[in-house]
Amino acid sequence: MSRAVTVARPGQSRAKVAWSVLAWLVALVFFFPVLWMMLEALKTESQAASIPPTIAFIPTLAQFQEVLSRDFPPFFINSAIATIGSTLLVLLLGLPAAYALSIRPVAQARDVLFFFISTRFLPFAASLVPLYLLARDLQLLDNVFALILIYTTINLPLGVWLLRSFLLELPNELFEAARVDGAGFWRELISIVLPLITPGLAATSLICLIFAWNEFFYAVNFTSSIAATSPIFLVGFISGRGLFYAKLAAAATLASLPVLLAGWVAQKQLIRGLTMGAVK
Amino acid sequence: MARESSRSQRRARGVSLPPPRRLLSLLAILLAVVACSPGAGGGTGGSTQTITVAAVSNPQMEDLQKLVPDFQKANPNIQVKIVILPENQLRQQVTQDVATKSGRYDLFTIGTYEVPIWAKNGWIDNLAPYIQKSSSYAADDLIPGVAKALTYKSNLYALPFYGESSMLMYRKDMLSAAGVTLSQKPTWDEVAAAARKVNDPSKGVSGICLRGLPGWGEQLAPLDTVVNTYGGKWFDQQWVPQLTAPPFKAAVGFYVDLIKTAGEPGAASAGFTECLTAYNGGKVAMWYDATVGASNFTGTAADNSGYAFAPTKVKPYSGWLWAWSLGMPSTSKKKDAAGTFATWATSKDYIQLVGKNLGWSHVPPGTRTSTYALPEYQKVAGGFAQITLDSIANADVNHPTVDPVPYIGVQYVGITEFQQLGDQVSQQIAAVITGQSSLDDALQRSNQLAEAVGKAHR
Repeated sequence: MSRAVTVARPGQSRAKVAWSVLAWLVALVFFFPVLWMMLEALKTESQAASIPPTIAFIPTLAQFQEVLSRDFPPFFINSAIATIGSTLLVLLLGLPAAYALSIRPVAQARDVLFFFISTRFLPFAASLVPLYLLARDLQLLDNVFALILIYTTINLPLGVWLLRSFLLELPNELFEAARVDGAGFWRELISIVLPLITPGLAATSLICLIFAWNEFFYAVNFTSSIAATSPIFLVGFISGRGLFYAKLAAAATLASLPVLLAGWVAQKQLIRGLTMGAVK
Repeated sequence: MARESSRSQRRARGVSLPPPRRLLSLLAILLAVVACSPGAGGGTGGSTQTITVAAVSNPQMEDLQKLVPDFQKANPNIQVKIVILPENQLRQQVTQDVATKSGRYDLFTIGTYEVPIWAKNGWIDNLAPYIQKSSSYAADDLIPGVAKALTYKSNLYALPFYGESSMLMYRKDMLSAAGVTLSQKPTWDEVAAAARKVNDPSKGVSGICLRGLPGWGEQLAPLDTVVNTYGGKWFDQQWVPQLTAPPFKAAVGFYVDLIKTAGEPGAASAGFTECLTAYNGGKVAMWYDATVGASNFTGTAADNSGYAFAPTKVKPYSGWLWAWSLGMPSTSKKKDAAGTFATWATSKDYIQLVGKNLGWSHVPPGTRTSTYALPEYQKVAGGFAQITLDSIANADVNHPTVDPVPYIGVQYVGITEFQQLGDQVSQQIAAVITGQSSLDDALQRSNQLAEAVGKAHR
């Protein structure tokens, strides 16, 4: 009987192989642009611009050298401050909000949820002028603090919704038991909720990090030299009068490394977080 | 026991304040530190002034960024931060900055299109006082056509950093293999015949590369010069649009037909970079574009290129005129420092500095007559130096086409609305290139768009 369970039938085995091949193909399709970007970064400008593309070449780090000679660290640091600052704020504000919309639902919780997500209905461009004038009058132009606030407002609705979906997964009995033992809101949050939704927090953080790190529209409009972020540094290589593909690829490789590393480090938590709620 | 009871009561009320309070305080301190840190928007101390320059992304501006330490060494009280952006983003940023009087920038690169409009609006300052302060500036050495394009009410409102016209670049080896020769002042008919003769799609070779990428600064730049030399115009003296008039239609028809019969594949998405890549790769035999294109040739393209003036039809000298120039927004609070930097970066001394430190091929072309007299520069740009200088000298922004017109600008119409109008018209023409629209329909729609703009100027 047990043998019948463990030995796969030929049809099942073929299906498994087919699914694996498909999974790898899809993974390669997604990874190919990243791989191509990295390869382009190791070419000379004329190799990177050649048609048909140069496949065999001697790798050079000259483009990275050129990119780093353009004072990359300040852009990187600004990106890190804006990204980490806004993500921390999203978690700090989003977790209690998600708690109040799931574990102990406030009155009209569904309306509140809809209100949160409705703020994303407004096109970014529509909010640009009022926000820009506000930032100008508050002396916040070219200030990374403005970016922290903007990225927090952009990511907060998403954070609340994500965190709420993770909180809904926690069994109610757990909270009832804790309350019987006399646990209050903060005790529940810190001793019960946080440890249980760590994967969800990791997933939410990473999504917020990616959005904030890659954000260009507000960064280009609200900063100039002091608070400019990595995407601003990146587009500076798009030259109107010359070849730039290799340099741009090198700059893009450097700019995307932190997000790639963050994803790689947190991949276990991320997979658990992203699949939370997927299987009942 | 009493303490235990109090804790229980707090638990029962669900109140436990210290941890979040500590956390909030910590966050508040962190945000305050970030908001006040110099790296996040704070000022610089002492008497040193930091000026912010928004620059367009091109090789000459990248060189300027590399040479900023030389300026700072000579002017220790002025720190310069250069923000390099692609043309579209730069235009959007600086327009936003001057229109809202935000004062984010102390200098920016603007072109011959913007200078007269912005000077009239009072968005940029007259730079004559700063030129007078600099004893070695030699304003009379600026190429007259360029200086004229940057002048408003007899004063320079921007200082030219880099200038260009347009010319025909061709592969001598490829034309000679097809038995084609070109004169130094070719006509468009001559160029079209040569392109069709060399064109060989079976070998992956196109006769000519012409920009088809929509955008007033992309496709319309070369196309407008064709329109001008055909005698076409955007508006007549009464601001009535002329996009369906015979010369305009003939010019656009010729341009589109040449692309379709002997142009590069995927022309509707080809701009300067795509054409340069195709030319360097030996995929096109000719390329009509900015004179600075020749400075970017590599490999066999660098060894086998010949140069000719912008091709003509009716009007002689059809080359365009463009100069990226340093303008000072009227909102700048550090005008003296900005003026000092602008005069340094556009001076004869700067050209020497670039040549000696970065190589003579890096010298910003098209701004000063003296540059073309430098033996070192002639050595590296000999093939196209004189054509560049003559093309710029003969490009007249006040008389772009055969008949008089009420606007200024060779490859653009010097009115605020042109950015949008030009983009929309170029999209219509791109649709003709891709076969999605007929020439008549596209020009009819374009003319309607221009009608709305013309009305406002009548």
